[in-house]
Amino acid sequence: MTSQTTASESVAVPAVVVGTEAASVDAPPPADEVRKSVFHRLRRDPQAVITASILLTTVVLGLLANVLPQHGPNDVVFANINLPTGTPGYPMGSNTIGQDIFSRVLHSINTAWVSALIGASVALVVGTTFGLIGGYFSRLRSGVEWVFTVVMTLPGILLLILLMPVTGGDFRATMLIYGFLMSPSVYRIVRNQTIGVSKELYVDAAKVSGVTHTRILFRHILSVVRGPIIIATAFLTGTAIGVQAGLAFLGVGSAEIPSFGAMISQGFRAINIDPLQFIWPSLFLGLITASIVLLGNALRDALEGSRPKPQKISATQTTGGFAAEATEPADPTAVLQVRDLGIAYQSPSGTLNEVVRGVNLRLRQGETLGLVGESGSGKTQTAFGILGVLPLEAKVTRGSVLIAGNELLGASEPELRQLRGTTIAYIPQEPMSNLDPVYTIGSQLVEGIRAAGDLTRPQARTRALELLERVGIVDPERVYRSYPHEISGGMAQRVLIAGAVAGHPKILIADEPTTALDVTVQAEILDLLRDLQTEMDMAIIMVTHNFGVVADICDQIAVMQRGQIVETGAIDDIFDNPQHEYTQMLLDSILDEDTIRQDPPAVVTQGAST
Amino acid sequence: MLLYIGRRMIAGLVLFVVSSLITFLLLSMSFDSIIASRLGPGATPEQIADMAARLGMDRPVLIQYFNWLGNLFTGDMGSSFFTGADVASQLPQRISVTLSVVLPALTLSAIVAVGLGVWAASRGGWVDKVSQGFSLLGNLIPNLLVAIGLVSIFAIELGWLPATGFVPIEQNFGGWLRSIIIPVITIFIGGAANIANQVRGTMIDELRKDYVRTLRTRGVSPRAILLKHALRNAAGPAVTVLGLTFITMFGGALIIEQVFALPGFGTFAFTAATSGDYTVMLGVMSVGIGLTVGMNLLVDIVNGWLNPKARVY
Repeated sequence: MTSQTTASESVAVPAVVVGTEAASVDAPPPADEVRKSVFHRLRRDPQAVITASILLTTVVLGLLANVLPQHGPNDVVFANINLPTGTPGYPMGSNTIGQDIFSRVLHSINTAWVSALIGASVALVVGTTFGLIGGYFSRLRSGVEWVFTVVMTLPGILLLILLMPVTGGDFRATMLIYGFLMSPSVYRIVRNQTIGVSKELYVDAAKVSGVTHTRILFRHILSVVRGPIIIATAFLTGTAIGVQAGLAFLGVGSAEIPSFGAMISQGFRAINIDPLQFIWPSLFLGLITASIVLLGNALRDALEGSRPKPQKISATQTTGGFAAEATEPADPTAVLQVRDLGIAYQSPSGTLNEVVRGVNLRLRQGETLGLVGESGSGKTQTAFGILGVLPLEAKVTRGSVLIAGNELLGASEPELRQLRGTTIAYIPQEPMSNLDPVYTIGSQLVEGIRAAGDLTRPQARTRALELLERVGIVDPERVYRSYPHEISGGMAQRVLIAGAVAGHPKILIADEPTTALDVTVQAEILDLLRDLQTEMDMAIIMVTHNFGVVADICDQIAVMQRGQIVETGAIDDIFDNPQHEYTQMLLDSILDEDTIRQDPPAVVTQGAST
Repeated sequence: MLLYIGRRMIAGLVLFVVSSLITFLLLSMSFDSIIASRLGPGATPEQIADMAARLGMDRPVLIQYFNWLGNLFTGDMGSSFFTGADVASQLPQRISVTLSVVLPALTLSAIVAVGLGVWAASRGGWVDKVSQGFSLLGNLIPNLLVAIGLVSIFAIELGWLPATGFVPIEQNFGGWLRSIIIPVITIFIGGAANIANQVRGTMIDELRKDYVRTLRTRGVSPRAILLKHALRNAAGPAVTVLGLTFITMFGGALIIEQVFALPGFGTFAFTAATSGDYTVMLGVMSVGIGLTVGMNLLVDIVNGWLNPKARVY
């Protein structure tokens, strides 16, 4: 895709969105469908099924609290103190004052669930309402934000204790207040999600087409925010139950209300008589909270997909039984030869999808090879594959990458480190995100220089300043001391080039090095690369979608489409006589005299009314 | 930087005033009942009004609040409603008991959690499974049950450690250590689980960033990338969660102190609240809010220093 087509597309977007309002406004999949598939996934997850069944059983047991036991929870029968578990009429025994533990456990279940219901719903209603308001109406955000900052400074459980004279220790009032104290966590989730969704184009489109704020909030934003809220609710429920038990353990609240906390406290004091007196309530409390957390995790997996995987820094993985091999013979004149390279990503179901399918490239000393194709054609994957820095999910499936007689595929990270910086180097596309934001430019350059050679720190510093000057930075000393956010994008790209050539590499892989930059800076960067190439006699692979860049700097072209090289050759041959229709299409999309519209401009009023 | 700290401090002060005002207003609703219970069930309305007037509690609540706040800034928290003991002079000792449990637990949590989180994020495999299991375990069971479980096993069944009681560190170091082991482990489990989870997540995010790839292509060692770059970038969120964990631990110590009969800040607060000793309650409240605001301020300052973008010279 050339910059020309990008520009025309961005002009076309608003018209398309307004024109097909119904379709684009409903961009996220219909809510029912999502709910259904989540429900299906949960039903097949044993963790979700088991924990949900346990929780449901406790709810049912709680509802039968006045039916199943033969005694009321507070009935004191002094004749029947400390009965062991299994006594007729007292299935879990009795406590030190002769109360039926079974009856008290069932009533405690109710107390726990009522606490959870009050605490979680207050937190949910308050947090969600203000999260939507603060996230959607940016003018109100700072005010709402401030209120929640105040709520967060209120001293938590301590406040619940201090308010005992006000609440009288009633667990419902206490949980109502605790709900407010928990609301900032919900608020923050909803606010962040809402801010994210509000920036989506389909929300903009809905606003433009006159959909009311309330409708947007309920229809579009709430449907996206729902997943994280459900997960948060599960955990809030568990927290509320735990806190209520803790407070009751302390003795907050009426002795008339059976609660796990109070039962544990009482049973614990009788530990020498019969440990089961505190084990029964502990067991139920533990079972309920553990089930809630495990169910919350299952919900998270179902709603948000798998959690982020560990990121081991290692050379690219290869498929089982991989051995570097290629059908084509090695070319001794090449500094870099890629033969039959295959790179695949694993799909959730476990099958491998090849995104690079048998790529062949040959790069000679001092030559510049343009690797051209539209986004998604696999050119960046090929570049990363050569460097051995593909993400962990990627696997090399076949082929060979030779540099100066070294096979790179299947080599270990330490082996590759020997070559990186000194033999092969890399210039990224996006300058800012490729610098570590917390270290100065100078310290990052020095680190790279020392990794690639045996220089002392002062020597490396001198070298870094030389390099900064060489890449055209006017005040090297100042930039050396600067942090990445203090310099411009063009300067950052020069810094990255300096870092790449620091170790005199023979091969430079530049991944769209000018795409993120202003047009005026682009030409300067290409000039710089050309000069450095001559000076250091480097071979360059220029990954790009821009034929202007190709025409400017490349000797050879390899055109890539859907993971395969469809055409290679010298630049003049391909520009004059493209063989593959894809190459022709790419060339035709370049802005030149032939493709500029010759027809007269449309009448303005007509254009506006359509 | 000084300007930044100054601004944050003023914001913190405002927060303290607003937050304590809200709590004061909530507490003031019970002032009448506190006086009534102090005088006993036979008190006449005249007696109650008389006592309220003597204590200045018949004035408008806002006046009472600012009067209290003014005294607070001069270091005067009043004296206990019941014992007459000076509140301000009692607090340090109580706080130090709680801190002697919370600080070791926090330090231990930070070390174990950062180690585990970094290791899990960069290694995967069984280490990651252990870390995830540990994080889950910390959330799975309420602190109360962990405390009870540990006491019944290590103190009552095995008799290795004392079940309850506290020995001041200056009195007997060994005794102090033995008295805090179970409480420290109890709050450590929850704290470390939270921090480890957070560190793991942020480290994974960092290791997926572009600059990590670029550093690799320069030949920088994975060890330096992990410990110098990714960890340094992940430090900000880690400090924030550490601050939050401290606040949670300090507030949650209330229940732990009760289980282990530690004469700490939580017990002090609880006794005051059950008896309606409102001067002590107000003192406790100001410490609770002050610690939260102070910790947030500290986190802000550390983060401002850690993040060059937020750093102001």
